[in-house]
Amino acid sequence: MSGTHWGLQARALHVAFDGYPVLHGVDVTFVQGSWTSVVGPNGAGKTTLLKALAGLLPAAGEVDILGRARKGMAAQARAQQLAWLGQSTDGDDEVCAGDAVMLGRLPHQRWWHGPSAQDHAVVQTVMGQTQCWDLRHRPLGRLSGGQRQRVLLARALAVQAPVLLMDEPLAHLDMPHQVDWLATVRGLVAQGVTVVSVMHELSLALRADHMLVMDDGRVAHQGRCGDPQTHAALRQVFDNRLSVQQLDGHWVSMPDERAVSSPS
Amino acid sequence: MTHNTQPWRWCSTMLLLTLACVWLGLMTGSEGLDTDWRWIDPIVQDIRWPRTLGAWLAGALLGLAGALAQGLFRNPLADPYLLGSASGAGLGVAAALAVVSWGGSVLSPGLAWAQPWVWRLGLTGCAFVGAWGAVLLTLLLARGAHHSLRLLLSGVVVGVVLGAVTSLLMVAVPQAWPVMQSFLLGSTAMIGMPSVVLMAWVLVPSLCVSLAMARWLDGLRLGEDTARSLGLPIGLLRWVLIGVLALCTATSVAQAGLIAFVGLVAPHLVRSRAALQHGPLLLLSAAMGGLLLCAADVLARACMAPRELPVGILTAVLGGGYLLWRLHQRPSRGAP
Repeated sequence: MSGTHWGLQARALHVAFDGYPVLHGVDVTFVQGSWTSVVGPNGAGKTTLLKALAGLLPAAGEVDILGRARKGMAAQARAQQLAWLGQSTDGDDEVCAGDAVMLGRLPHQRWWHGPSAQDHAVVQTVMGQTQCWDLRHRPLGRLSGGQRQRVLLARALAVQAPVLLMDEPLAHLDMPHQVDWLATVRGLVAQGVTVVSVMHELSLALRADHMLVMDDGRVAHQGRCGDPQTHAALRQVFDNRLSVQQLDGHWVSMPDERAVSSPS
Repeated sequence: MTHNTQPWRWCSTMLLLTLACVWLGLMTGSEGLDTDWRWIDPIVQDIRWPRTLGAWLAGALLGLAGALAQGLFRNPLADPYLLGSASGAGLGVAAALAVVSWGGSVLSPGLAWAQPWVWRLGLTGCAFVGAWGAVLLTLLLARGAHHSLRLLLSGVVVGVVLGAVTSLLMVAVPQAWPVMQSFLLGSTAMIGMPSVVLMAWVLVPSLCVSLAMARWLDGLRLGEDTARSLGLPIGLLRWVLIGVLALCTATSVAQAGLIAFVGLVAPHLVRSRAALQHGPLLLLSAAMGGLLLCAADVLARACMAPRELPVGILTAVLGGGYLLWRLHQRPSRGAP
């Protein structure tokens, strides 16, 4: 294994909806203690990949979490190892923000036990990290889109799983909170957490360690974010309508109209 | 602020109101309010007491069933009626009554064999089979509980079709009509001690099972995928709670008939006071359902004395009015 540890591995993942194939045998590996962003055009299968990795969809293929086959794991053990944050369309408006975050501690609790002092401490910490501790008594229905997203983010962080999958975690977040999120992810990665996030904003996605470029239910490329090959793959799946440039030591993507064919 | 009302003040108000309703229930006779009543009076002990207690229990069963349905299907409009289970239970009762009245005239006139116990248990069993079958049919038509709108529409369709079958049964067996009528309108007049004991025996274990699963219901509140990712046994939760839901609805319908809206309104009333976790929500919804039906029963008996209004009619009018008012109050928030 030459010293590299895999946080998450998938082999030959196939997913079909009503006989319609959405993922065509995807092979991916995510290095433990690194952050990978998943990008690609609409309908490339990013959300489906994340759900298939988390075991939320009927999928053919194998997934290993920290070197152990997911299939053999009990549901609660799996939930402690892998946390998943979906797009925030779902959710009961009447649940209090603090109660919602506490749900992230369920994998660590026996069903007849209530939350422990440690659970309360974790909830306070993660709500502090995403700056929503002050909102803890408010029902979700009375929060703005960004506030709600921060609460849901805290919920995923509260699991304290070594593998964290996030689908569009920055949706609705304003710039200061996006920067906070980057710092949070950096902190998690430094602790050895494997982070995988589907990202819409390419310049933020390029801040990750690795990038998984998807197109049409397949992996188009997986590589380091600074790698020219990754940038080439990115340009290709987005129809050459963007360019990747370096600014202040960071890679950024910009729209590029030159490739747009003029109507004839 | 409707939220964060002091819970103790609110709970004690509810308790006082419930005690007042039970007191009034013991006082209300066929001639209206009877101020000169005594506990040792056989009318109070044998008729008013079981009836009042029965109304509370039937309402509590409906309130619990409603809160379970709303939590399980994550839909504020889900209730024992909209899922078809009440109509199924009604059909079960109607089928049992039809068979007995038809068989009674043919086989054993007078039905001397039918002890009240056997009779109540049999009716409840038939109602349970009907309720269980109706929920399964609704889930089958909706292809699972994932799609809320499809689920509710299927529930409405199943409810209407089973209601039609019930009507057909009544036309086919006219002897059963008088008894069946009070069932269809919803009435507490038929409740005696055997019914009270039966309902209590169903309510207590149902509450225990529901409370044991309350934390899983909380887990469902952020969506089924999130709940699954947290390792919750969604399949088990769903089957057990649908079973509890059908049992509660069936037991209530078999004793008090079809009483609309209590199951829908009770959890709404509780939630409009406080944002609660499912543990207290289930408990308080049952208590609220009991209080509502108890109060409606007193009102139904007193308002037109010496005639009696079927309590189902009263709950339909009051409950429907309340829901319309709620809808009107919160037009911007979407779901009531």
